[in-house]
Amino acid sequence: MAIEGFEVEKIAHLARLGIDPDDVPEYARNLSDILAFVEQLNSVDTRGVDPLAHPLDAIQRLRPDSVTEADERDNFQQNAPLTEAGLYLVPQVIE
Amino acid sequence: MEWETVIGLEIHAQLATRSKIFSGASTRYGAEPNTQACAVDLGLPGVLPVLNGEVVRMAVKFGLATHSTVAPRSVFARKNYFYPDLPKGYQISQYELPIVHDGYLDIEVDEDTVKRIGITRAHLEEDAGKSLHEDFHGMTGIDLNRAGTPLLEIVSEPDMRSAREAVAYMKKIHSLVRYLGICDGNMQEGSFRCDANVSVRPQGQQAFGTRAELKNINSFRFVEQAINYEVERQIALLESGGTVVQETRLFDADRHETRPMRTKEEANDYRYFPDPDLLPVEIDPVFIEEVARTLPELPEAKKQRFMDDYGLSAYDAGVLTANRELGDYFEAAVEASGGQGKLSANWVMGELSGALNKAGLEIGASPVSAGALGGMLRRIEDGTISGKIAKQVFEALWAGEGSADEIIETRGLKQISDSSAIEGIIRDVLENSPKQLEQYRNGQEKVFGYFVGQVMKATQGKANPKQVNELLKKMINNA
Amino acid sequence: MHQKTLVELGAGLRQGEYSSEELTRVCLDRVSALDKQLNSFITLTEELALQAARDADARIRSGEAGPLTGIPYAHKDIFCTRGVRTSCGSHMLDNFIAPYDATVTQQLNAAGAVMIGKTNMDEFAMGSSNETSFYGPVTNPWDSETVPGGSSGGSAAAVAARLVPVSTGTDTGGSIRQPAALCGITGLKPTYGRVSRYGMIAFASSLDQAGPFARTAEDAALMLGAMAGFDLRDSTSVERAVDDYTGGLNESLQGLKIGLPTQFFGAGLDSAVAAAIELALDEYRKLGAVITEISLPNSQLAVPTYYVVAPAECSSNLSRFDGVRFGYRAEHPADLEDLYKRSRGEGFGAEVKRRIMIGTYALSAGYYDAYYLKAQQARRLIREDFMRAFEQVDVIMGPTAPSAAFRLGEKADDPVTMYLSDIYTIAVNLAGLPGMSIPAGFAADMPVGLQLIGNYFEEARLLNAAHRYQQVTDWHARCPQGYE
Repeated sequence: MAIEGFEVEKIAHLARLGIDPDDVPEYARNLSDILAFVEQLNSVDTRGVDPLAHPLDAIQRLRPDSVTEADERDNFQQNAPLTEAGLYLVPQVIE
Repeated sequence: MEWETVIGLEIHAQLATRSKIFSGASTRYGAEPNTQACAVDLGLPGVLPVLNGEVVRMAVKFGLATHSTVAPRSVFARKNYFYPDLPKGYQISQYELPIVHDGYLDIEVDEDTVKRIGITRAHLEEDAGKSLHEDFHGMTGIDLNRAGTPLLEIVSEPDMRSAREAVAYMKKIHSLVRYLGICDGNMQEGSFRCDANVSVRPQGQQAFGTRAELKNINSFRFVEQAINYEVERQIALLESGGTVVQETRLFDADRHETRPMRTKEEANDYRYFPDPDLLPVEIDPVFIEEVARTLPELPEAKKQRFMDDYGLSAYDAGVLTANRELGDYFEAAVEASGGQGKLSANWVMGELSGALNKAGLEIGASPVSAGALGGMLRRIEDGTISGKIAKQVFEALWAGEGSADEIIETRGLKQISDSSAIEGIIRDVLENSPKQLEQYRNGQEKVFGYFVGQVMKATQGKANPKQVNELLKKMINNA
Repeated sequence: MHQKTLVELGAGLRQGEYSSEELTRVCLDRVSALDKQLNSFITLTEELALQAARDADARIRSGEAGPLTGIPYAHKDIFCTRGVRTSCGSHMLDNFIAPYDATVTQQLNAAGAVMIGKTNMDEFAMGSSNETSFYGPVTNPWDSETVPGGSSGGSAAAVAARLVPVSTGTDTGGSIRQPAALCGITGLKPTYGRVSRYGMIAFASSLDQAGPFARTAEDAALMLGAMAGFDLRDSTSVERAVDDYTGGLNESLQGLKIGLPTQFFGAGLDSAVAAAIELALDEYRKLGAVITEISLPNSQLAVPTYYVVAPAECSSNLSRFDGVRFGYRAEHPADLEDLYKRSRGEGFGAEVKRRIMIGTYALSAGYYDAYYLKAQQARRLIREDFMRAFEQVDVIMGPTAPSAAFRLGEKADDPVTMYLSDIYTIAVNLAGLPGMSIPAGFAADMPVGLQLIGNYFEEARLLNAAHRYQQVTDWHARCPQGYE
């Protein structure tokens, strides 16, 4: 399936990826190539096949309900681009 | 045109665990910002979620209490979208295979109408953090302490037809999750929240109208207001030839209105897919059995028991079992009163509830303990005080003047049950009221009440009313 | 000293022939002298390394040394290392000082291994040539004009160039085995769930698995022993005791049933590589193995399946890089959307963006069933092929990569061609099986890797087969010119 430029822009928006408008045609071509390649999957009949999400078909282990984590705010916020009063700051969010 | 309202609710109940759904950080409310957001809650690179077993147990409890199917296999999925209070850029939730589905709950619409509301599903998910809009130089502050708090999202069928029904259903769920001990139900702290899907359609039409999703409703009163406002808005829109747009609207509690969210609502494409960091949750029948054994008595069963054991009406039993604390209080009062079920019910639902309402208190904060109330009821029952005097005693109990017996003693409220004393008073009353006696003899029987009143007045209400009646009847005919 | 294996170095340390500090300095000096050309390290941690070496020396003196105590190693820059930059080869994390240690990091520390630095890699492990790194490409020690393979190219090149005896890698679609093959060293991808993924920056969660690089199977066995284990912090980690990987290394291969998938020897396989593999198989015959042809009929689905599953998972895994809590943040964002789009647009390179977009597309409304669900179904078919094969044979063998190392830039502009360099390795990740690559000769003077694939948790069997082969061949001992 060929991906058009406007679709690249739509996908990029959904993924919140800023891409240079000049690069859109190349992305469109790359994505189209990859999808065309991936479409080999259509050659196989998968009716009735259970999807495999995990190689080992294992089940979820449960953790006891206990508090094991201490406050590490200062440690974690050393990596934060912008904080104030212990909060992470972002441009104003309007609901 | 006659319009019919159609409502479905999505209730988010925070599960009352100590630690978060996928991390070992505390869920305590009110901590300093980001001090309870651990590496997993922050979505640091490389961290992984591990499921808290207690949330599974709690979800199973809810499923059992709502006649639902507990899924033998459920799957966590990622709901992908970008928002600053969502650290990973996806919310771990359940999508195609929720842990609980296809149940119901009966609600009392009024004194003699019960309605069954379907529960489509209840699924586990993680809560998001909070955006603080106070001005940080024109920026928004993000506190992720709440991120990862376990939520049970309870989705109803669109079975409700009025705001009142929606409130009744919401209250019922609220009561149930607190009975089960799986949610503290604290609406101020956001532990129990609700979104309402509201639409209208011409009476008799099968197809649903276009719905609006009302977000962020955090009190029973607001649910009613928000729905009523929205119904009126939709009807007005339709009647003036407009159409309802499917959208998310916020309820503005100050203005009592709903308004569209300003966030750009692009067609939401959440790209759900099974979370590859988590494996399917399997629940076997043995585990369900084990949880079933730990279930407390549920409201329905308790209501029936109150009717059977205490001879209460369905309505009274329903009121007293609406929340667990009230039912517990009632039963403690019955016990202290020496088994006075009906009397206890009347007092708990009447005098006590009235006083609590007036003072804005919950039953748990009642100044009159169940034991104290029961002690007073015991004195009504054994004739020490009359029901009328009891109101004075109750006020004194409320004011903290000691036990019922102490109050009766110090205030001299003990009922006069001595026949000769009452006879003396009756004699005086009759002698002092020749005119009324005359009227009575002439067949005006309602004057009888006047004499009763006079006797009670003379005894400051302390005469045993039953005795007064009997003695007066005898003496008036002989006078 | 740098030519010695881990086993030899460990013996020397314990016998007091040299200290870990001396050994560590040798490694650090070699990096200073030789890594300008290779570019295999992103960050060198000299001070930490020397301190760890001195601690190891104390431990050795007190007689508490294990096989890894005092052994210098290079750590792929995808593992979180507390207090040390953990970049994942990306501009996005160029400023990220990990605030915690990955489980693998903890375990190697606990074993007394000495990390000398963090190695270069394809950005977020997305690549097969190490050309997508923000820190520039790594070159192959055998020929500086060619790629070392990827994504763990730095770790592979560093071991091949004798900068360190061992290193760590991660393998999502071949990222340990393919660079091991292209650099002429030994690399092992364990069974999915054998090594904890906690603290390993995720590319595709259901495929990622960490493993060791070494020059010999024996060294790899010791590294795996330290890296493997159940981890409460990883839901996908397997609660199962770690095998003794060294105890059975010398067992006889008499009667070992080896299966050759016909699909691994068809068109697309370089003839010189095929010839080298044939010779390697002859050695196995001499060792007593019985070789039969098998079929993995759905193997042509592996690469297309992978290029749905891995991008889908990565598109979601990489959403957390949003410029808010860590990592790159664009300057002066106009609003929230601008913050997201520019931080991510400027922080990620082209290949990462391509894969995020492919994954976003494959998961989006209307395409989920056609792509993602279909791929998950194909994934089961691929796994079932292997399960059937392991009813007949003990180990599956074939080439690791279709060709020896290709030239820098040769495939950089054509993603699909690049993706096909993992054609023989990807199915193993989709099935979650253990796989190895060991040196098996040369094609036009560049190393060729023989791939060994085992049944679940049969790492010990793979190591045994690899070790016996290395006892009768010396390909693994060959050293690239200039690094002797």
